[in-house]
Amino acid sequence: MDTKSILLVGVGGQGTILAAKILTIGLMESGYDVKMSEIHGMSQRGGSVSSHVRYGSNVLSPVIEKGRADVIVSFEQMEAMRNLPYLKKDGIVIVSDSKIPGLPVILGKCPYPKGIISSLKEKCRTISFDAYSEAENLGTSKCMNVILLGSTVKIMGLEHISWHDIIVKNVKPQFADLNLKAFDLGIKLAEENDFSNSIS
Amino acid sequence: MKKLLTGDEAVALGAWEAGCHFASAYPGTPSTEIMENLSLFKEIKCEWAPNEKVAVESCCGASLAGARTIASMKHVGMNVAADPMFTFAYMGVNGGFVIITADEPGQHSSQNEQDNRYYAKMAKVPLLEPADSQECLDMVKMAFEISEKYDTLVIVRLTTRVCHSKGIVDAGERKEIPIKEYKKDITRTITVPALSRPMRIRVENRMNELKDFSEDTPLNRIENDGKSIGVIASGMCFYYAKEVFGNESSYLKLGFTNPMPQKLIAKFCEGKEKIYVVEENDPYIKDTVRALGFKVEDVFPFCGEMTPDVLRKALGNEELSALCCDEDKVLARPPMLCAGCPHRGFFYEIGKRKDVVVSGDIGCYTLGFAQPFNAMDVNICMGASISAGHGAQQVFDMVKDNKKRVVAVIGDSTFFHTGINSLINVVYNKSNTISVILDNRITGMTGHQQNPGSGYTINGEETVAINIEGLCRAIGIKHIFIVDPNRLDEMNKAIDNALAIKDEPSVIITRYPCVLKKMSLMDKEEFPDAFKDKYTVAESCIGCKKCLTAGCPAISFDQESKKSVIDRDMCAGCSVCSQICPVKAIVKEEI
Repeated sequence: MDTKSILLVGVGGQGTILAAKILTIGLMESGYDVKMSEIHGMSQRGGSVSSHVRYGSNVLSPVIEKGRADVIVSFEQMEAMRNLPYLKKDGIVIVSDSKIPGLPVILGKCPYPKGIISSLKEKCRTISFDAYSEAENLGTSKCMNVILLGSTVKIMGLEHISWHDIIVKNVKPQFADLNLKAFDLGIKLAEENDFSNSIS
Repeated sequence: MKKLLTGDEAVALGAWEAGCHFASAYPGTPSTEIMENLSLFKEIKCEWAPNEKVAVESCCGASLAGARTIASMKHVGMNVAADPMFTFAYMGVNGGFVIITADEPGQHSSQNEQDNRYYAKMAKVPLLEPADSQECLDMVKMAFEISEKYDTLVIVRLTTRVCHSKGIVDAGERKEIPIKEYKKDITRTITVPALSRPMRIRVENRMNELKDFSEDTPLNRIENDGKSIGVIASGMCFYYAKEVFGNESSYLKLGFTNPMPQKLIAKFCEGKEKIYVVEENDPYIKDTVRALGFKVEDVFPFCGEMTPDVLRKALGNEELSALCCDEDKVLARPPMLCAGCPHRGFFYEIGKRKDVVVSGDIGCYTLGFAQPFNAMDVNICMGASISAGHGAQQVFDMVKDNKKRVVAVIGDSTFFHTGINSLINVVYNKSNTISVILDNRITGMTGHQQNPGSGYTINGEETVAINIEGLCRAIGIKHIFIVDPNRLDEMNKAIDNALAIKDEPSVIITRYPCVLKKMSLMDKEEFPDAFKDKYTVAESCIGCKKCLTAGCPAISFDQESKKSVIDRDMCAGCSVCSQICPVKAIVKEEI
């Protein structure tokens, strides 16, 4: 099969790395060749972060080219827009409808940009919901990464993989149940916020 | 067994499988995780060294004593380690010795983009360049074999993408290698000129033997032979090239690049219509191909990463159609000091001073240069803050009526790395600079590695916590101020006091743990109340935005209510913003 590319983007500390880790382990265990690349030198200092995940029968570069991502999964509004050039023409954006102000906003130099989600929806197939609030409702904002993982699995048609087992093995035992709920919620939210067929 | 590993993890696994006994390193992105993963294997004695020179010297000794040994470092770390490396290259090894350099094409987290392959050439030692995680594992094992067979230390060069990309790896078992017997032989290990001149000749002979190895090893191989376009690549660039050039080109994949396989290169290039070399940083391979008399297409950028989109664009190929983002909807998101970072108080205060030149160093605190603090003039390399600051002060003072005072800023780990030498220089040469040691009780930037001041070894065993104040006193610093940097009044007073001392050097130690640090028992005793409070903005906020000058990611300004807001989850209770607020509207939450 051709190589598929998933780009996970967000802000340092949001848990993109763990989401990518669980995703890649699941893909490997179900028999795909997998490569993943991330730059995390500044990951805990509020900078933009991204994890590139590629899978197929024989993956060459671990880095996704511009215009090649099947899905961009963004943990934050502005990061989805920033990384849009990576999306392929008929690709899909899954974006959490939540905001993290960067330094210019914090310093009061300019407001957080408006209209990002509506602009994304004009440009490409966009699935958006507030994963941050959904995670808070489950008990902690920290599980928003696993909610978005669930949505990614749904959209990429990867539900045949035993994700529950893999999640349990890769999160702290006391958070296992919470993360399983988060994962299932992510699948549901992807369904509710998208009326077209998923790609496979 | 199949595992999904980063290149760094695979290097560690390869060393373990090769029977490695001893390892030493200083942390540095993107190499840090190599040592962190090595330390998980109980068969390998692992150490964080105070710097890369000490790490390599420890490994030199371990090799002489008969152990298989590995040292890892980021590219600029090799500059620090170069001294022992060049001479040990003459001496040969007893137990196999592998040095890992992790280069940084694109400078994701580094101050320069130097190409360390030239070190192998200059030191006359073999060089390997793995392209992915499996090759990291295989090549490290092979490097130990080469090291012992050809009696030389071996350099393995990684790049950021190799270090931090994951791929599927076939994990094997450890092969126990007995520690070799130590035999004194000064003709190999004493480097006075009379003895090292013959060593120089042995090195040359060894490299000649390795030329044959380079021609024959499967690490250098031709793929998809017979096409008119030839692509030569090493490391991760091999995969980038294959993405872009596809099946219509022939490839020469180079994994062993010093000495270079000249005959193989010539054989590959002969009769090709076009030859491309894809490599990152400098034209290391390209120059060799050209020296052999072949024309190499000159299309790729001279710096940065050669990712597939970069190659495609340079080749003028049709770029994959991509959507455009709305530029007006994307703001810069530069890294910033964390909420609760203990460096904030110092930079907030020093940034307000006039006639102060701040000489910075390598660590999170380099961010002090940026908005809103704008509180750093220069940073060069590990440890340079104090010594460069000293040199600058000496010259400022030559100018009549000079008012400029140099304040050098350095972290605790960087101080132990090489800053201590610089401070000795300050005392010895009767300088009058102010050295600020930001002691956050850990090596922060690289993700919390223990250091000589933290009280623990890499394995979490308790050890002596070297006392920075005592060290400073011992070398002759008379004026030392130890402050809690979250107390702005204390911080301010210490700076005043230090500036008041005009003709002798002084040291300010800001002592407070990194907000991200997992607090040790020692920390919990010393800082029982750290990070327990939460602050909130009261109704009395007048919307003056003064608190925003703390540059804290937890505070932002709400355009609707015209008041500041604090993200409760992020707030770490340092209280700096509440001290800045002119109307005392930022208050501690009552518990």
